[in-house]
Amino acid sequence: MLSLPALVGRQSLAFARYLGGLAEMFSKATYWTFVAPFRGKGVRGSATMRQMVVVGFQAVPIVSLICAFVGIIIALQGAYELRKFGALNYVVDMVAITVTRELAPLLTAIIVIGRSGSAFAAEIGTMKVGEEVDALETMGLNPIRFLVVPKYLAMLVMMPCLTIVADTAGVLGGAFFAITNLDSSLSGYLLATVDSLLLRDIVSGLIKSVVFAVIITKIGCYEGFSVRGGAEGVGRSTTSAVVKSIFSVIAADMIFTAIFYFTNGS
Amino acid sequence: MEVDPRGRQINLQVAPVLLPMAATTENHNSILIRNLSSTLGGREVLREINLEVRRGETLVILGGSGSGKSTLLRHIVGLEEPTAGEVLIFGKNINRISEDEFNEIRKKIGMAFQGSALLNSMSVGENVALPLREHTNLEDSTIQIMTRIKLEQVGLSGFESFAPSQLSGGMKKRAGIARALAMDPEILLFDEPSAGLDPIIAAGIDELILKLKHAFHMTVVVVTHELTSAFLIADRIVVLDKGSILAEGTPDEIRHCTNPRVRQFLERQPDHEEQDAEKYLNSLTEEA
Ligand SMILES: Nc1ncnc2c1ncn2[C@@H]1O[C@H](COP(=O)(O)OP(=O)(O)OP(=O)(O)O)[C@@H](O)[C@H]1O
Ligand SMILES: [Mg+2]
Repeated sequence: MLSLPALVGRQSLAFARYLGGLAEMFSKATYWTFVAPFRGKGVRGSATMRQMVVVGFQAVPIVSLICAFVGIIIALQGAYELRKFGALNYVVDMVAITVTRELAPLLTAIIVIGRSGSAFAAEIGTMKVGEEVDALETMGLNPIRFLVVPKYLAMLVMMPCLTIVADTAGVLGGAFFAITNLDSSLSGYLLATVDSLLLRDIVSGLIKSVVFAVIITKIGCYEGFSVRGGAEGVGRSTTSAVVKSIFSVIAADMIFTAIFYFTNGS
Repeated sequence: MEVDPRGRQINLQVAPVLLPMAATTENHNSILIRNLSSTLGGREVLREINLEVRRGETLVILGGSGSGKSTLLRHIVGLEEPTAGEVLIFGKNINRISEDEFNEIRKKIGMAFQGSALLNSMSVGENVALPLREHTNLEDSTIQIMTRIKLEQVGLSGFESFAPSQLSGGMKKRAGIARALAMDPEILLFDEPSAGLDPIIAAGIDELILKLKHAFHMTVVVVTHELTSAFLIADRIVVLDKGSILAEGTPDEIRHCTNPRVRQFLERQPDHEEQDAEKYLNSLTEEA
């Protein structure tokens, strides 16, 4: 049995080591994505395109559906409270702002964690177990450049795109509620939405989504590379990639929301 | 194009641009291992290994299961960090040089893994073509021809478009060998190339190794359990046991080696220690 201080110390050390590993991965992947191409070491274009389709395009239906539902839910919940003040018009603002600033980037990130973050860990983990990663290294091919960079680029491009899709779907969900219950017209609702939104709202959501893309790729790939043992290890790493990503995304979300709040004042 | 005795075609013509003839250094050894020790997962897997592989020779590493043969090969390609000692390839200490420099050296090394290690997301043909695609500026058509030649050499012509999962174990292993040959490397490392292959194909692999040695003067290191194959292809044999070198010499020297462990290995005698009941019981109580 370990004493409590020893346990705490050991856990903190393990945590620090994990963060160190993530940071190393981040700097290597960033080097291979943004610096190495200018030194004549190209990015694998076709693999990047394939990842973009899998990570981004194929996620469009599920992201739109979930965000439309959430748009409806917010409108319903908002109307319930706002009705008391006779301020039903503000449902439009409420949906527009909560969706673009908060829920669209967050929900997109969580869907992408489930679809792609887990897949990154499982794919790289399986390759690690099958000595495929070792084979790449012996062929003189950097596994980070070969495996992580296409995923990283695809995520950096596709997460903001998916977030815009989610913004749109959420607003349309709100519009669905307003049209069916508040007798407003679609064009009227959309105009009111445009009025209520500042560019800043949308941009802050997009900035978050880029940060989330970095977090999800890094944790998914890092968990994949740290697989030890066989199929069981792959399972464990996949689970842990999902849990750690969700935690980190929400923590980052809180920090960014606080930053936006205190730097903006509105 | 030559035809081997079994009627299979073996093609030895390779695009001259990639021929590895030119000597890169003045040294006469391709691989030099000095005092190499390795600890993995808290256990000492290799202990003070000293080994030299001369340019153009075929070295066979014999040894029981778990004696550290694969680990030794992994050290030669830099997949493991030594706990002590050093590995020099073409005179360069691979643990000291930069990654870029090491990758240049790695292009001249082909490694066929024990478990083939093909990339499952790519077809067999793409696997073999991968090093050529990434490291050379050859035309696509040239790469395709070279891929076909390499697959032909291991008796896998016509399987380019198969996924690795569609191949049998032995076929995967041969595809892995074809990939190791792709860059016409100066050093070839085989981890049990003929384990799990039928005798005819295993003989074909032996013949391929001999041809690579004679025609291209490649330096070949083969890890194997197959004694007949070892004595057929080896210029020199190293016997590894429990992580250290037990015996080293020409096939004749090894054949007449008097070390009891080596004799046991060569004569295929089982371990008798565990059958001594009293000793066995003692060993159990000692550990407790
Ligand atoms: N990553 C690792 N962590 C801990 N121990 C390891 C690791 N890799 C290998 N070993 C141990 O090192 C020893 C040598 O393993 P190695 O794979 O080199 O054996 P081998 O001689 O190739 O055996 P075989 O003929 O069965 O392939 C084994 O006892 C194994 O348990
Ligand atoms: Mg082995």
